[in-house]
Amino acid sequence: MTGEHLHAALLAADVVAEPLIGFDTGALARNFWALTVDGLTYGSVYALVAVGYTLVYGVLRLINFAHSEVFMLGMFGQYAMLMLLGFGPSGNAYDLGIAMTVVYLGVAMVGGMAVSGGVAVGLERVAYRPLRARGAGPLVFLITAIGASFVLQEIVHFVLPKVTGGSLGGVNAQQPIRLVEPVPQLTIGSATVTNVTIIIIVSALVLALATDTFINRTKFGRGIRAVAQDPVTATLMGVSRERIIMLTFLVGGLLAGAAALLYTLRVPNGIIYSGGFILGIKAFCAAVLGGIGNLRGALLGGLLLGVMENYGQVLLGTEWRDVVAFALLIGVLMVRPTGILGESLGRARA
Amino acid sequence: MSTDAPTGSRTGTPTSTPTGRRPHGGVGDALRLWWDALARPTQWALGVPFILLVALLPVLQIPVLTTVGTSFGAVLAQFGMYALIAIGLNVVVGQAGLLDLGYIGFYAIGAYTVAILTSPASPWNQMGVDGWLSQDWAWLAALPVAVAVTAVSGLVLGSPTLRLRGDYLAIVTLGFGEIVRLLADNLDEVTGGGRGLAQVAYPRLGESDANPNGVFSAGSGSGVLTSGVWWYWTSLVLIVVVLLLVGNLERSRVGRSWVAIREDEDAAEIMGVPTFRFKLWAFVIGASIGGMSGALYAGQVQFVSPTNFNVINSVLFLCAVVLGGQGNKLGVILGAFLIVYLPNFFLGRTEILGLPIDGTRIAELRYLFFGIALMVLMIFRPQGLLPVRQKLLAYGRTLYLAARRASTQPVVKEGS
Amino acid sequence: MSDIERREADLPGGGLEEPAVVDVADVDPSLADPDLVAERVAARRGIRVPVGAPLLRMEGVTVRFGGLTAVDDVSFDIRRGEILGLIGPNGAGKTTCFNAMTGVYRPTSGRVVLDGQALRRHRRHEITRLGIARTFQNIRLFGEMTALENVVVGTDARHATSVPGALLRSRRHRREEREGIERAMALLELVGVGAMATEKARNLSYGHQRRLEIARALATEPKLLCLDEPAAGFNPAEKEALMGLIRQIRDDGYTVLLIEHDMRLVRGVTDRIVVLEFGRVIAEGTPEEVTADPAVVAAYLGVPDDATA
Repeated sequence: MTGEHLHAALLAADVVAEPLIGFDTGALARNFWALTVDGLTYGSVYALVAVGYTLVYGVLRLINFAHSEVFMLGMFGQYAMLMLLGFGPSGNAYDLGIAMTVVYLGVAMVGGMAVSGGVAVGLERVAYRPLRARGAGPLVFLITAIGASFVLQEIVHFVLPKVTGGSLGGVNAQQPIRLVEPVPQLTIGSATVTNVTIIIIVSALVLALATDTFINRTKFGRGIRAVAQDPVTATLMGVSRERIIMLTFLVGGLLAGAAALLYTLRVPNGIIYSGGFILGIKAFCAAVLGGIGNLRGALLGGLLLGVMENYGQVLLGTEWRDVVAFALLIGVLMVRPTGILGESLGRARA
Repeated sequence: MSTDAPTGSRTGTPTSTPTGRRPHGGVGDALRLWWDALARPTQWALGVPFILLVALLPVLQIPVLTTVGTSFGAVLAQFGMYALIAIGLNVVVGQAGLLDLGYIGFYAIGAYTVAILTSPASPWNQMGVDGWLSQDWAWLAALPVAVAVTAVSGLVLGSPTLRLRGDYLAIVTLGFGEIVRLLADNLDEVTGGGRGLAQVAYPRLGESDANPNGVFSAGSGSGVLTSGVWWYWTSLVLIVVVLLLVGNLERSRVGRSWVAIREDEDAAEIMGVPTFRFKLWAFVIGASIGGMSGALYAGQVQFVSPTNFNVINSVLFLCAVVLGGQGNKLGVILGAFLIVYLPNFFLGRTEILGLPIDGTRIAELRYLFFGIALMVLMIFRPQGLLPVRQKLLAYGRTLYLAARRASTQPVVKEGS
Repeated sequence: MSDIERREADLPGGGLEEPAVVDVADVDPSLADPDLVAERVAARRGIRVPVGAPLLRMEGVTVRFGGLTAVDDVSFDIRRGEILGLIGPNGAGKTTCFNAMTGVYRPTSGRVVLDGQALRRHRRHEITRLGIARTFQNIRLFGEMTALENVVVGTDARHATSVPGALLRSRRHRREEREGIERAMALLELVGVGAMATEKARNLSYGHQRRLEIARALATEPKLLCLDEPAAGFNPAEKEALMGLIRQIRDDGYTVLLIEHDMRLVRGVTDRIVVLEFGRVIAEGTPEEVTADPAVVAAYLGVPDDATA
């Protein structure tokens, strides 16, 4: 149920429209720069979402399976914000001038971040905290996350259209609201870079740097790292574990919300209840690739995954796009069982 | 000799006095204790009629139980497949503690193996004049092939990945499940791609004027005795066989190794358990049971296509295992029943016990309800509905019965 | 975090269910006879070296972690049939030494020779099958299994049945199962946990859990039994009882390596002692010799006996 819509959306938006069969190294060479740049756009989104997985895993040893839904709700959040601002679906992009476009994008991003951050924290409160209080095992957490994932998807699928009179949610993807028309701005190698690409990569870079600074330089960041390394000692040293956990979910949620806006710029047709699933899995792959629990690893893994995926789909054909991600993951884990950069945020495993 | 032991001396005369009833794990353990206490003939006398009753469910047409919106036989046939899956997945997740999120991949491989061997649309169709499969017995002959192929696929997936720790294994298996589906979707020449493979073989039995293609053909039969019922009975037979075999494993070195690995893998290794080998065995055995279920599916529906093997179903299988009670074979069968039956129970139902309901709507919202149920269950009963401590010894019966007597009767031997 | 909570719940009086007690003599009358029990658990495994000859030799074993040398050129023998104490202050390298011996770490240089066979690239479970069994400093039982099942897992190390045999319930499988359970029951009796055979390991008292670990290790029919601080957390009476048990295990034909902080326990039960400090052997000899050694007194005995136990 999830794969098809997103897959169709990806296909519709792809640079390489024709499916290619067999190893087409010529196409890879011809389109190398275009593929790299486009891969970095996707990779930026993966990277930001991956941070959410990696931070939560670092602190709680938990795969927050529902993080993909946090991302999905972020897409709806920014969409709702745009609707509140008076925008509606249109064939052509609005022409607002650069300054106003940036402002509106910023506001939409805040909308996405607010929804995603809120959902992430709410999820922690409602679903995970009671389990922690009972000292449940990892599988219990994972199952809860899966349950929460179902619930959030189905709420958007069935409940949201009821509540909003059919303007949000439901079976079909939202009609895109276009604020930015992709216009080529400059060329790198043989690739033309559009304004959309620039917005995505620059925003992601800024957010990534901010997060990295937050984790490595601030008091809260130190708290997160302390809890990740040794929860008991951290608690004894006066770090409030519960608050740190909430903060971790919040940071992950905020980044997912920001990523949601960026993603909809690239894939405007992707706003659908099932639209988070595959992307979430890939972002998790990215986190594992870089070394789960490791912030910089997640960022690196995301970019790497985005680029490799693009190369792979040209080499093998568009239909193998998702296979590339998993094959890459399995391949890397075989060589480096704890990912490329290792699990540095948390303690090493036995 | 061990008279120097501080408590519990060698004759077992307790120095502490634990008397009266002691709490157990719940309904499941209570049931098991009751069952174990029965004599063998009594167990047979109760067990056989119970299985018969379960088998006759679709024929008896019990009023409220029988589904309204769909054929009850078809629902039970689906339950049979899910039950097999749950038993197989339980070996991997419940017993060995390996989190497999891509189990659907094995189910798909089993189904596609049968379809590729017997569908006229497949280039490797083995039925017909120059094939080695006879028309009438093609399905039955393809069944062991499907099991073997999935077992090998389990080996292929397991040997590189089982050295990874739990969470990594989860994501890698998830990837595997998705890759299998994508392969089915994209290898058009063999799998028919998105169109799928139709006219898959099924057992040609019981051909008559009313059922020209035999009782197993889709859409055969009228009234109560639909093809679904026949498939249900087939799956029941397979379930009983698989349960016996898996039970044999559980009460042996193999089952104990699995539980030891689940409990503490490093300690198990140091106590002489070849952990990798037994994890691989768990994977292979789980995979082959999943493949068996897939073969059933392909035969019953006579059609396979990639959309039936979405990863989301993998998650549903896991739900069945967790819901019923990980590690407990009967529990996971109950879990499979609930997962399959509940949505179908509501489908098409307009009233229940006089209360008007929109059953179809409720059935539509099944993932919402499953999700909520899972979350609530994990908070209040993470061990599942029917948790049972596994029996890991083949010959400990007398001892356990003695222990039960000792715990339910006041100890009177004190100071003797 | 959950590990810690679990451990707390395992401590005596941690809000546990009352355990079921079974009168084992009810099940198998022979278990009531100490001599029969001893006979059943006695070491019956073929060992090449004669009694008194070196069963395990540490030959210049060095273990380095990065720049840190945890064990530095350690050589000593464990003779068949003796109880050897390995002692030393905290951080002296006892546990590293022990881990190198049992295959958890691979020595950076030097070698470990068991019964004339050098331990090389063996996997950990293979080393157990070769004849070294151990207990854990922090108890690591299989909590969801019963005491009996825990011990049967140990006996499985000597069994050959795998999946095919178990599936078809082959004759060898049935024989191994029956023998395994009988032997496990006898072992439980030996260590004094027989009455708790059917109780989940996690529900046993702390003392019983420690003893159960010994039974599980013995079940693998080891040539050498290594006990890693088996008396940690015991009161003097329990320690006394444990010493008796260790002696009895030796008398049954086993060779025992005892790693311990508690000097009184070590002195009372061992035949010889090896003292480690900063990863090196600083003394070796009978308890009397070692305790008289000024280097040992300086390094170790300055620390009060029970401060760390």
